[in-house]
Amino acid sequence: MSAAFPSASASGVRAPHERDDEREVVIRVRDLEVGFGERLIMKGLDLDVYRGEILGFVGPSGQGKSVLTRAILGLVPKRAGSIEVFGENVDNMTESSRSEIERRWGVLFQQGALFSALTVRQNVQVPMREYLELSPRLLDELAMLKIEMVGLKPDAADKLPSELSGGMIKRASLARALSLDPEILFLDEPTSGLDPIGAGEFDELIATLQRTLGLTVFMVTHDLDSLYTVCDRIAALGDGRIIAHGPIDAMLASEDPWVRAYFHGKRARSAMSAGG
Amino acid sequence: MGAKELGGRRDEADARDPKAEFERHGDDVRAWLSGRWTVEHAGSVEREMASLVDAAADCGRVLFDLSEIDRLDTLGAWVLDRTRHDFGAQGVAADFVGVRSEHHILLNEVAYRGFQPEPVKSSPGFRDLLADVGEAVVNAGRDFAHGVSFLGEVIAALTRVVVNPRRFRVPALTNQLEQIAFRGVPIIVLICFLVGCIVAQQGLFQLQRFGAQTFVVNLVGILVLRELGVLLTSIMVAGRSGAAFTAEIGSMKMREEIDALRVMGLDPIEVLIVPRILALVIGLPILAFLGSMAALLGAGLVAWIYGDIVPDVFLTRLKATIEFKTFLVGMIKAPFMALVIGLIASMEGMRVEGSAESLGRHVTSSVVKSIFMVIVLDGFFAMFFAAIRL
Repeated sequence: MSAAFPSASASGVRAPHERDDEREVVIRVRDLEVGFGERLIMKGLDLDVYRGEILGFVGPSGQGKSVLTRAILGLVPKRAGSIEVFGENVDNMTESSRSEIERRWGVLFQQGALFSALTVRQNVQVPMREYLELSPRLLDELAMLKIEMVGLKPDAADKLPSELSGGMIKRASLARALSLDPEILFLDEPTSGLDPIGAGEFDELIATLQRTLGLTVFMVTHDLDSLYTVCDRIAALGDGRIIAHGPIDAMLASEDPWVRAYFHGKRARSAMSAGG
Repeated sequence: MGAKELGGRRDEADARDPKAEFERHGDDVRAWLSGRWTVEHAGSVEREMASLVDAAADCGRVLFDLSEIDRLDTLGAWVLDRTRHDFGAQGVAADFVGVRSEHHILLNEVAYRGFQPEPVKSSPGFRDLLADVGEAVVNAGRDFAHGVSFLGEVIAALTRVVVNPRRFRVPALTNQLEQIAFRGVPIIVLICFLVGCIVAQQGLFQLQRFGAQTFVVNLVGILVLRELGVLLTSIMVAGRSGAAFTAEIGSMKMREEIDALRVMGLDPIEVLIVPRILALVIGLPILAFLGSMAALLGAGLVAWIYGDIVPDVFLTRLKATIEFKTFLVGMIKAPFMALVIGLIASMEGMRVEGSAESLGRHVTSSVVKSIFMVIVLDGFFAMFFAAIRL
C-alpha cells in the first residue's frame, strides 16, 4: 500500500540517518564485475539504493560511473556478480517481467538522448503510446503536464530537439523519463553543461519531484552543489568498488585520499559555505 | 447502505483495479474511489471516471472520497482533478474528502489547467500538390545554382592548395584513396566481372542465330570499354563512397565539428572536401580500368565456355576491333563522374541539420542524385563523342 509512497518521513521530510536495515532496498548490487577486453572496470562492487532516497554517485572521471549505471540498466553486460531491482535478480527474469521493470524506471541520459526526429511532445508520448491505453485527449494532456512539471514553457512542446538549448534538452529528457511515473529515476550528470543558476533550478526540480512523486533517484554527478543540496546519501567509486558511502558528513569524515581531496578541495569548500 | 455494499466489494481479492462506487442522495452524489489510480490502469481509470461523470451529470454536488485509494500517481491525480474541474464548469460543486497528505501534494502539483492543443496539420489537397511541384522545380534550379557555386568554391580551395602546396593534406588524401579505391576494388571487380559474363552470354545466344557468334567480342569489347565499365564503377562508387561522404560530413555538421574547424581558421572545404574529391578523381579512373578488365575477363571466360572461342582467338579479335581511342573515350569520362559524385555528396553533407532523420534524408538524396547525374552525364558524353565522330 505504501509502495508508491514510502513513509511520510522518507518522502516529505528527509531523514538520512534513518537506520539502513529498516528501509526497503530497491537496487541491490553484489560483487559486480564489469570489464571491456583486458580492462576490468568494476571489481567486487557492492551497492544498495534505498526506496525514497536521492543517492549521489561520485568518482574520478573514467572510473566507470556511467558504466555502473549502464550495467544496472542492462546496457552493458556484466561478467560476474548479481544485480537485484525491486527484489528480483535481473538474470533470472523472463522477458515480460524485465519489461515490467523497465516501465518502473526512467533514465535521463547525459546528452538527453531525445529522438531527434520527434518534437518534445512526441518524445514524451513515446513510452505512453507504447505501454498505456489512453484516450487521445488524456495522452495530450499528460504529455503537456509532464512538460510543464519539468519547467518548460508550453510552446517548447512542438519544437524539435535541435531547436532547444542545453538546459531545455535536459528538462525535456527528464519529462520523457517521467512519462510513465517511474519509481526509480536514473540521472547521468543531470547538471553538467548547465549554468549555475540553471543547475540550481534543476536540483530544486529533482528534489521537488522526488518529494511529490516519492521517487528514488540515482544520480551520477560531479556537481558539488548538487551533492550538498539535494542528495540524501553519497557513494564514491574508486578502484572498481565503492570506497566510501553515507551522508555528506560521512564523506567529509572519510580518510580515503581521493574522497578527502574531493570534499575538502577549494571548490568543495565554496560549495559548502554556499550550501549552508 | 452504499457503504456496506462497497465494503462487501472491497473484500474481493482483486482490489487493485481502480473503482469508483457512488451513491446518490437527492441532489448530492458521494463517490468512493478505491484501488490503484496509476498509469498501469490508465484505461480503467478513464472508464471509471467517464461512467461516474455520466451518472452524476445532473446533480448539484459531488464529493469524492479518496481515503481508500491504494496508490495515486500523476495520471490518476490529473484525471481526478480534471473531473472535478469539469464538474465545476457545468455548475456542479465538486470536492475531495479524505485526502491523504501525500496525495494532497500530488493533487496540488498537477492542478488542472487547460492546455493548448497540438496544432493540427491540414490534410494535403490539390493546391498543396501543385505547390509541391512548384517548390520541387524551384529547388532543382537552386540545387543547380548551388552546385555551380560549390564547384567554384572547391576550385578556389584547390587553387589555394596548388599555390601553397604545404597546405595540402597528403595523409588525408592517402587515407581517402585507401577507403575509396583500395577497399572498393573487390566488390567493383566482382560486379563488373559478373556483368561481363552476363552480357557475353546473352550476346552469344543472340548472335548464334545469325552464325555471327565471333562478333560477341566486338559487342563486349566496345560496350565494356566505352560505357559499361565506367558507368557501373561510377554507380557503385556513388553508392559506396558518395553515401559515406555525405554521412561523414553530415554527422560532423550535426555535432558542430564543421563550425569548430571554421573558428580555428581552417576552411572545411579545404580540409574535408578537397582531399575527398581529389581521391575520387584519382581513384575512380583506376577502379573503372580494373572494372573494365574484370568485365572483359568475364566475357572471355563465357565466350570460351559457351561459344568455344578460345582465349587466343578472343584476344586477337579484341585487338583487331578495339582501337586505343575506344578505351580513351571510356576512361576520359571517369574523372568527370568522380567530380560530380564528390560535389553532390559534399553538398548534401553540408546541408544536414540537427536530426538523425535529416541525415538519412540527405544520404538518400546524395546517392539518388549522384547516380542520376552520372547517367545523365554519360548521355551527354555519348552525344558529344557522336558529334565529334569519335
